[in-house]
Amino acid sequence: MTLALGTGAILLVVLLWELVRPTLKRAVTRGREIWSLRRGASTLSGYDPGRERRAEQRARALLRSCVDERDWAMYRDLGFLRVWGGLGERGRGKHASYAYLIYPHKPVVAYVPQTGALLNEYCVAFPDLSRPYGSSRLPDSDDVLAKWMALTADERRLIADANMHLPGRQIDPGRVRRDLLRLARWEQERDQEPLGRDRRGSDHAATLQA
Amino acid sequence: MKLLRMKPGHGEIVLAEGDVRVPEQERELIEAFRRELDAGMWAAVPTGTPGGRREAELVKNFAEVPREAERVIFFPRAAGGAPGATHQR
Repeated sequence: MTLALGTGAILLVVLLWELVRPTLKRAVTRGREIWSLRRGASTLSGYDPGRERRAEQRARALLRSCVDERDWAMYRDLGFLRVWGGLGERGRGKHASYAYLIYPHKPVVAYVPQTGALLNEYCVAFPDLSRPYGSSRLPDSDDVLAKWMALTADERRLIADANMHLPGRQIDPGRVRRDLLRLARWEQERDQEPLGRDRRGSDHAATLQA
Repeated sequence: MKLLRMKPGHGEIVLAEGDVRVPEQERELIEAFRRELDAGMWAAVPTGTPGGRREAELVKNFAEVPREAERVIFFPRAAGGAPGATHQR
């Protein structure tokens, strides 16, 4: 009796093993593949925070050298740039019928400066497909500069290349409204300050940031 | 004139530098310019308007680059991004 039960148990274990073995083998192989892929990817990309910080510093310096002093100060203080729309009836400038907010690695947001009404989100990216260091993503300030150059040079083309969505698709409309209030306050304060003092302050802050 | 290219993980790199009035250097600039455009880059020249406002000009060949331009900046061409994303706070 004991012998029969023992033999039965052994047979059961062997049968179960035969059933489970292919699945187990596949799982182990897949696990090894995933592990080696992850290891390979991290070796290739080799994310280095120091390198990324240096890249961002270079990008900030380039952005600063290309845009107006006021626009640079806006980006430094608020984290975004405002570009006046140039295709409306009123032309480009502070009386433009619409404007854009440029955020790093986020959609460009179009709005009406007079009312603060949000118009659209234009989702656009500048992926470098050569992927140096394993990433196609430009430093934040390079992304802002690329959008600024494309918008001021050929607004119609950039808008045509972008994916257009209603406000709120990617950026919280509440955040954009808060940013517009911050921008209005910032401009008011800046316009009230004596020119010399303001410039000196900006340069000092930029030096500290660098 | 300097030809600069934006690069992920690095910031801008200098691709070529030369004086457009020197034929040999101009030829090198033109070759570097073509290479970048062939690689699918956009080229922009930072400029200023008569009103003093700064802006940029996209150029498609070297002849369009103003002779007095100090820099041409290359950056990857625009592509519509993240169509399925939802907003982030």
